Amino acid sequence: MLDAHPFSALPPGPGVGYKAQYFQSIMENPAPVEWLEIHAENYMGDGGRPLAQLRHLSERFAISVHGVGLSIGGEGPLDPDHLARLKTLCGWLNPASFSEHLAWSTHDSHFLNDLLPLPYTAATLTRVADHIDALQEAIGRRMLLENPSSYLAFDKSTMEETAFLSELSARTGCGLLLDVNNVFISATNLNLDPHAYIDAFPLDKVGEIHLGGHDEDADDHGAPLLIDSHGREVADPVWSLLHYTLQRSGPRPLLIEWDADVPDWPTLAAEAQRAADALAQVPA
Amino acid sequence: MSNIMKTVAIAGAVTAALAAQTSTAQAMDQEKCYGISLAGENDCKAGAGTTCAGSSTVDYQGNAWKFVEAGTCESMSKDGDRAGSLEPLDRDLPA
Amino acid sequence: MSVSQDTFRAALLDSARPVPEGLSDGHGRPAGARFSVYRNNVAVSLTEALEVSFPAIRKLIGDENFRGLMGIFLRQHPPTAPMISQYGAALPGFLEGFEPLAHLGYLPDVARLEQALRESYHAADAVAIDPAELQNLPPDALMGATLTLAPTLRLIRSRWPVHEIWAYNMEDGAPKPSGNAQNVLVTRPEFDPIATPLAPGGGTFIAALADGQTFGTAFEVATQATKGGGEFDLTPTLSALIAGRAIIQIRPGDSP
Repeated sequence: MLDAHPFSALPPGPGVGYKAQYFQSIMENPAPVEWLEIHAENYMGDGGRPLAQLRHLSERFAISVHGVGLSIGGEGPLDPDHLARLKTLCGWLNPASFSEHLAWSTHDSHFLNDLLPLPYTAATLTRVADHIDALQEAIGRRMLLENPSSYLAFDKSTMEETAFLSELSARTGCGLLLDVNNVFISATNLNLDPHAYIDAFPLDKVGEIHLGGHDEDADDHGAPLLIDSHGREVADPVWSLLHYTLQRSGPRPLLIEWDADVPDWPTLAAEAQRAADALAQVPA
Repeated sequence: MSNIMKTVAIAGAVTAALAAQTSTAQAMDQEKCYGISLAGENDCKAGAGTTCAGSSTVDYQGNAWKFVEAGTCESMSKDGDRAGSLEPLDRDLPA
Repeated sequence: MSVSQDTFRAALLDSARPVPEGLSDGHGRPAGARFSVYRNNVAVSLTEALEVSFPAIRKLIGDENFRGLMGIFLRQHPPTAPMISQYGAALPGFLEGFEPLAHLGYLPDVARLEQALRESYHAADAVAIDPAELQNLPPDALMGATLTLAPTLRLIRSRWPVHEIWAYNMEDGAPKPSGNAQNVLVTRPEFDPIATPLAPGGGTFIAALADGQTFGTAFEVATQATKGGGEFDLTPTLSALIAGRAIIQIRPGDSP
């Protein structure tokens, strides 16, 4: 049975993506960070330091488990072995939240280690909804589904991404993870209005917000092409879009993602402080 | 080797091996969690995109690979003597 | 008809294939090189993962060779599970059959050692026996005893000086490799795996224990294996097992 609680039990404050090198700093002085997010697939070994660290961290912090490899948008069925691994992890850790991506990464048992795009149609909607049902059944809790960053569009798509996500939430009861950096990237890359995207997004279903840094590139025609690199500070227009979002959504758990060229702890804590400041301006 | 000789040899080795040990405390306390090892840095990342500038025409042209002499394998084998040439040896392998 | 994930994947892994049709850039034009972002993400992220996992191989053949080689490997052997920390188990076998590197015959065993260290890092925790238990057993019970070894233990048996080659690339001030073949024991005393080169006979002894042979039989086959090369000295091998906290259970035997 799925419980009836909101979409996540994370505190509506700043969190950061956890890396092993932060362990000591976080245990000694985590401020302003209130919660941590881990990538599920990095904690699927049988033992050793990763699991030991996670046990210690989970005694002091709310943990968000963020899956990066389930391939919910895949054409084939979900990998039962991977579902079992997620169930095991969520079982012993009892995280405050579990989230995954509207993307695919596995095909014919080959894992491609990237979040790959899918068209938005009635057929893919049914398939993704089935996969969400299967996951929620396996782990016995509601999940949050994250909007992707897009570099191209499918001619075949018949639905807007916001409508697709709304309908998935309505059909499966899942919550949504709104990555504001992804919204900005997709809007820039596909020539869309990021504010209109936020306006159309079902903000009442949002259990967590992501922020991260992106790189700037250009396509064959010189059009801007933003890359979701997670390798630097959050860009100013993304902070602005966050402010726009929070004015409409109210406070939400707010994560800083920094996965490449990983900074030292003070630099990451400073980004988290900026997130805390943004939340402080929001009427509760 | 007789069983008695074997027993004596083993008992002697056990005593010597134990004498060589330092502390055997096994507390898995928090301090032991500090730090990371090279073996543990290899993580899954979400949205770990890298810009396509520069590498998109290099890193996935799989069939064009050709070995160019580089790396420490060169320095290891440039001795000229037999030891430096690193020939395989059959010692202590199952028959 | 829209692009299937079959087509998408094939084009991701083979840049000679055209960009799939049915993809656009949001400005009314075909997606073109935007597809390269995904191609690039797959190749670069997996190559970076392998760089972290096989640092000694990378040093041995140099950065440029390594990246090119991994480009071939990752297309022939994409990951089969989403745990990237486990990716690369197929690399030693791939290197073994890779003709352009046949002159560097030790590379597969160095890759085996690096893979073993990583597997050990993530292996299950287990509590080692108090080594005094070994000493407290009556001689006959010890001779007939079978041991359970820790899940963190790995044994690399090589015709090459594999530990010396690995250390030369990974440890400051390690000497240039000699010509002697080495067996290597990987253990994990706490959270960090260590690689210990074994004395003659040590590999045979540990392999026999892992196979469920009694302590006495393992000693015997190790003695046989070292015939002609001096006597089997159990002490350093047993020391390495105890220091590595690699013995987690001992079941005494009745008699030899």
